[in-house]
Amino acid sequence: MQSFDLETEGLRKLNSSLHAQNNDTNQTAWEIINPKGSHAIAVGLDAPIEVTVLGSTGYYCGGMNKQATVHVKGSAGPGVAENMMSGKVVIDGDASQYAGATAHGGLLVIKGNASSRCGISMKGVDIVVHGNIGHMSAFMAQSGNLVVLGDAGDALGDSLYEANLFVRGTVKSLGADCIKKDMRPEHLEILTRLLAEAEADAKPEEFTRYGSARELYNFDIDNASAY
Amino acid sequence: MTDKPDNTAPRTVPIQSATFSNPVNAEIRRAAATGIYDIRGGGSKRKVPHFDDLLFLGASISRYPLEGYREKCETKVTLGTRFASKPIELDIPITIAGMSFGSLSGAAKEALGRGATMAGTSTTTGDGGMTEEERGHSNKLIYQYLPSRYGMNPDDLRRCDAIEIVVGQGAKPGGGGMLLGQKISDRVAEMRNLPKGIDQRSACRHPDWTGPDDLEIKILELREITNWEKPIYIKIGGARPYFDTMLAIKAGADVIVLDGMQGGTAATQDVFIEHVGQPILACIRQSVEALQELDMHREVQLVVSGGIRGGADVAKALALGADAVAIGTGALVALGDNDPRWEDEYQKLGTTAGAYDDWHEGNDPAGITTQTPELIKRFDPVAGGRRLSNYLKVMTLEAQTIARACGKNHIHNLEPEDLVALTMEAAAMARIPLSGTDWWPGKPGTSF
Repeated sequence: MQSFDLETEGLRKLNSSLHAQNNDTNQTAWEIINPKGSHAIAVGLDAPIEVTVLGSTGYYCGGMNKQATVHVKGSAGPGVAENMMSGKVVIDGDASQYAGATAHGGLLVIKGNASSRCGISMKGVDIVVHGNIGHMSAFMAQSGNLVVLGDAGDALGDSLYEANLFVRGTVKSLGADCIKKDMRPEHLEILTRLLAEAEADAKPEEFTRYGSARELYNFDIDNASAY
Repeated sequence: MTDKPDNTAPRTVPIQSATFSNPVNAEIRRAAATGIYDIRGGGSKRKVPHFDDLLFLGASISRYPLEGYREKCETKVTLGTRFASKPIELDIPITIAGMSFGSLSGAAKEALGRGATMAGTSTTTGDGGMTEEERGHSNKLIYQYLPSRYGMNPDDLRRCDAIEIVVGQGAKPGGGGMLLGQKISDRVAEMRNLPKGIDQRSACRHPDWTGPDDLEIKILELREITNWEKPIYIKIGGARPYFDTMLAIKAGADVIVLDGMQGGTAATQDVFIEHVGQPILACIRQSVEALQELDMHREVQLVVSGGIRGGADVAKALALGADAVAIGTGALVALGDNDPRWEDEYQKLGTTAGAYDDWHEGNDPAGITTQTPELIKRFDPVAGGRRLSNYLKVMTLEAQTIARACGKNHIHNLEPEDLVALTMEAAAMARIPLSGTDWWPGKPGTSF
């Protein structure tokens, strides 16, 4: 286990040390102490390493992650795991705005609640939130799966494309072109897999699926009120 | 018996309304018939105060010129000297502006890379990610970081030469990109993670930051990911250049790209292009003022775009305080866009060479703004690259000609004192004396 004191050694040294790891590294376990809400912790990683952050983080923790597992034993600031490509980011506490924004792949697990715009413009990532999510989540979500064990706020899935949204609790309101959809066997399979990977205590049958009505995919003046 | 009508009697001639002109009425009829606003490519077509309204004074008894062809007039420029460990060094102060694969064909992107590289300058990606064609043929490639984040990935971030965070665009400050279904081919759809054939509307603001304080943190993240090597550009539209420049500097920009309303777009609403944003002439001095007040002029470089056509425009932009310029529309014309050789086909599309701007429909006869394979075949990226290189070199020679005439051994030595304005509007916007006077509207110490 490599232990790194962020307060004394600094962000630049941390990220450059993590970037120095490659697929063959034997330094696979890293522990970061004294994060104290610092921004850009463990960003741009590209190696099969496990990074544990002992405390809460600021903006963009795990941003653009590839391959690595980043585990935050605290809460995360805005944009956690933004544009993640692969790997896994786990937040034990809550996540602020834009969690998993534009992420292309990998798995983001938030064991607490996520604030507004969770999964905004997501492009293939899987996101599992054990608690609730805020308003405008999955705005313009393109692909991937967003699983919410709790409730969703206003305007869920506004202007979304082909992402799947699964909510166990209530949805305060749906955004433009987002509708309730049938849960087919392949969706139950997705849920079963993601709930297991996220260590979430819930049954796939308890969820409702939401997705795009695809009515705004091509401009129609009769839909002007929705734009 | 009745009198015959007297056809020779004086009568009121038909008068067209200046307000409800024929083009205006035609647009009303088009909107009524189709139920959709006019979407088009390009920049503002209306006449606005521009570089044509400025003149260089040249040499005189008090200013002696340099000998053309014999005395050196340097054109090299370095961008990104503030924080980046690997600034970009260019042979000429003219760069290629961001244009997306999707709006342009892969071959056109390749030609932009070829031409820019031959001329010793950089080219820029666009809303749609980085293609192998442009990376492979661009010695210096700027990677745009846009609200949509289409195709954004850390590998491309690391293999670019600089990162341009796009906050705004001159053609549509406050608007996102638009790519209509006709141009969402299989490849474009795959790169953007979108269903084929949809009308794609990019977000107008970034999904994971709002405001200058967040932007500062976003820049920190990008620098950390790329080992503090890459210059970070921030591109702003011509909205509030003084304040936007101040805030971009505060957020940590290495380079500011300032784009006026004449700057082109692949597609957006005509009403946006023509009615939002300011002419580039009105923006440059405001931006330079902000740089100077923060003691950052030349420390943070300023790249100006929007209506740059020839070497005179380059020289005037630099004289007003820019470090470099970027061209988009001019580069496309050099590649062959709107070439009269395709006039018959432009006519079939209901337009004419020089006026063709339905780039979003993907029917470009020149094979540049299209994803249709049969049309793309018409365009030769090698020959197109050569034309672009020629154009860039001619512009540079023209700018050097002017700079030498003003006695400058580096084109960055051009200064506002070398200029006069032909109109009151240009004088006010550029803060340059009206020709024949030592005054401009708003000059400090004057009563106007």
